[in-house]
Amino acid sequence: MTARLGWAPYVLLLPSLVYLAIFFATPMAQAFALALQDRDGNWTLASVMRMIDDPNFRDSVTTTVALVILVLPVQFVLAMSMALIVNARLKGQGLWLYLYALPLGISELAAGIVWVSVFTQTGWLNTILQGIGIIDRPIIWQSSETPWLLIMTIVLAEAWRATAIIMIILVAGLQSIPPEFLEAADVYGATTWQKVRRVILPMLRPSLQVAIILRTILAFQVFATVVALAGTGLTVLSREAQRWATDIDNDHVAAGYAGLILLLSLVATLLYLWLLPTREEHRA
Amino acid sequence: MRPVGATDRAAIPLARRRRGAEWFVTRSLTYLVALVLALFVVAPIYLIFVAAVTPRELAFDYPRALIPSEISTETISFFLNASGVVPSFWRSVQVAIITLAIALSIGAPAGYALARYAFRGRETYRLTVLSTRAFPIVILAIPIAVTYIRWGLDDSVIGVAFMHTALALPFTVLITSSIFVSVPRDLEEAAQTLGCTPLQAFVKVSLPLALPGLAAAAIFTWVLSWNDVFAAAILTLTNQTLPAKILSALTQSPIYYQFAAGFVMLVPSLVVIFFIRRYLLGLWGRVVK
Repeated sequence: MTARLGWAPYVLLLPSLVYLAIFFATPMAQAFALALQDRDGNWTLASVMRMIDDPNFRDSVTTTVALVILVLPVQFVLAMSMALIVNARLKGQGLWLYLYALPLGISELAAGIVWVSVFTQTGWLNTILQGIGIIDRPIIWQSSETPWLLIMTIVLAEAWRATAIIMIILVAGLQSIPPEFLEAADVYGATTWQKVRRVILPMLRPSLQVAIILRTILAFQVFATVVALAGTGLTVLSREAQRWATDIDNDHVAAGYAGLILLLSLVATLLYLWLLPTREEHRA
Repeated sequence: MRPVGATDRAAIPLARRRRGAEWFVTRSLTYLVALVLALFVVAPIYLIFVAAVTPRELAFDYPRALIPSEISTETISFFLNASGVVPSFWRSVQVAIITLAIALSIGAPAGYALARYAFRGRETYRLTVLSTRAFPIVILAIPIAVTYIRWGLDDSVIGVAFMHTALALPFTVLITSSIFVSVPRDLEEAAQTLGCTPLQAFVKVSLPLALPGLAAAAIFTWVLSWNDVFAAAILTLTNQTLPAKILSALTQSPIYYQFAAGFVMLVPSLVVIFFIRRYLLGLWGRVVK
C-alpha cells in the first residue's frame, strides 16, 4: 500500500507546509527585516537605537528578566509537588489531576483580573488579613511606588495560571517511569525523599528539560497579566511591542522588541541545553 | 519450636505497626499538601465568582463578604450591556470556530500522514513542526499586521483567525497524529480486504474511532484562539475580539466591570477543561514528545 500510494503522504502534508510557510516562516523573516530596515527598505540600525534609547527600554528588559527568574523556580516546585501527588495514588487520583489542571485553559488576561480581585485595596487578601487580625487597615499592594510588590503579585498570578502545563508534562513523564524501578528502590528500603532524588528526578530529566524550555519561552512573552495587575506601573517587552505597534504606530521599533524576545528565548534555550543535557544528547 | 513461632507472631505485627505508623504520617502529610495546593488553585476561582455576583453598589465594600448574602446577576449584566461587549464576544466565537475549522482541515490530514505512512522526510517534517514551538508567537503578530494592511485583512475577523491558525496548526498536527497512531491500522486494512477503498476504510473505520480524540483536539485549538490577547490586540482596532476589547477597556473601566469580565472569560475555559478532562495528559503531555 505504501508503494502504491507513495505520493499520498506528501499530498496530505502539503497544505500544512504551505500554510506554515505563509503564516509562520515569512512573518518570522519579515520581523527581522522590519526591525533592521527603514520605511524605504534600506538596512539601518535606527529603529534598534530608537528602541534602546526609549526611556521604557531598560525597565521592560529588567522587569521581564526578573519575572522569568522569579516565576520559574516557584512554578517548578509547585508543579513537581502536584505531579508527585497525582502520581501518589491518593484517594480520588483523577480528581487531584483535574483540580490542578483547572487553570490550563484560563487566559492570561482572565488570570490577571482574578488576582486583581485578590490584591486590590478593598480586595480579598486585605479582607482575610484583617479578618484574622494581622493588619488593622488595608495595605496597598498595587502601586507604582512599590514595584517589587507589583512584581510579586504578577509572580503569584503567573504561578497560579501557568503551573498546570508543567505539571501535566511532569505527570506524563512520571507515568513513563517503569514501576519496577521504584519497587526495586522499595526493596532496598529507600525513603520517599531518596526515591525522588535518586530515581524519579534522573528519570524525569527529559520531561523537565522540555517543560523548562517551553515555560521560559512563554514567560518571556508575559503580557496581559502585567497589564491587568500593574497597569502602567510596570512594563515588559511584549507590552512595549504592543505599545509601539498600536499606540505609537511604529512597526519597526515594535518588531525590534519582538526580535529581542526571540533572542532572549533562544539564549535561554541554548543555556538550558548546555546546562541540562539529557542522556540521549550525551549519547548522540 | 513454639517459642520461635511466638516471637515470629510478635515480631511481624510490630514491624508492620512501625512501617504502618511511618506510612500513615507520610500519607497524611501528602494529603495535607495536596489539599493546600488544591486550595491555591480553586480558591481564586471561587473568589472571582463571588466578586462577579456581588451587586455593583457593594463592589467597594470593605471588608468584603467571603460568602455572598445573595447571588446577583447585576454586575455581570452591566458588563454584558457595556458598549461593544456582546459584538466582541461573538467575534471571539467566530474567530475560534474559523480557526478550528482551518486548523483541523489542514492539520488532521498531515497528522494522519505522520501516523500512517513511512516516507522520506517524515522525521524532518515532524521536527520542523515541533521547532515552531521554540519561537515566541509574539514575534508573528507585528509583521502579519503590516502584511494584512497590504492584503486588506487588517481589523478583520478572518485575519485574526488566520493568525490563530498559525499558532494552533503545529499542535493540531502533532495531536491528531498521536490520535491516529492509537487507532489500530489493522482495522483499516481489514476493511480494505473486505472491499473498501482506502478512503472508505478511513471514513468508515478510523474516523469514528478517532472522533473523541479529534473532538478533544478541536477543543484544545478552540481554547488557544479564545485566550489569545496579544495578537488580537495588535491585529484589530474596531473589530476587537472579547479579550482585546476587555484589555483596551481595562484602564478606564470600574473594578466591577473587570470582575465580571474576568469571570465571563473564565467560565468557558473551566467548562472546556471539564469536557476534555480524560484527555488532559494525552493532549498537553503528548505534544511535547
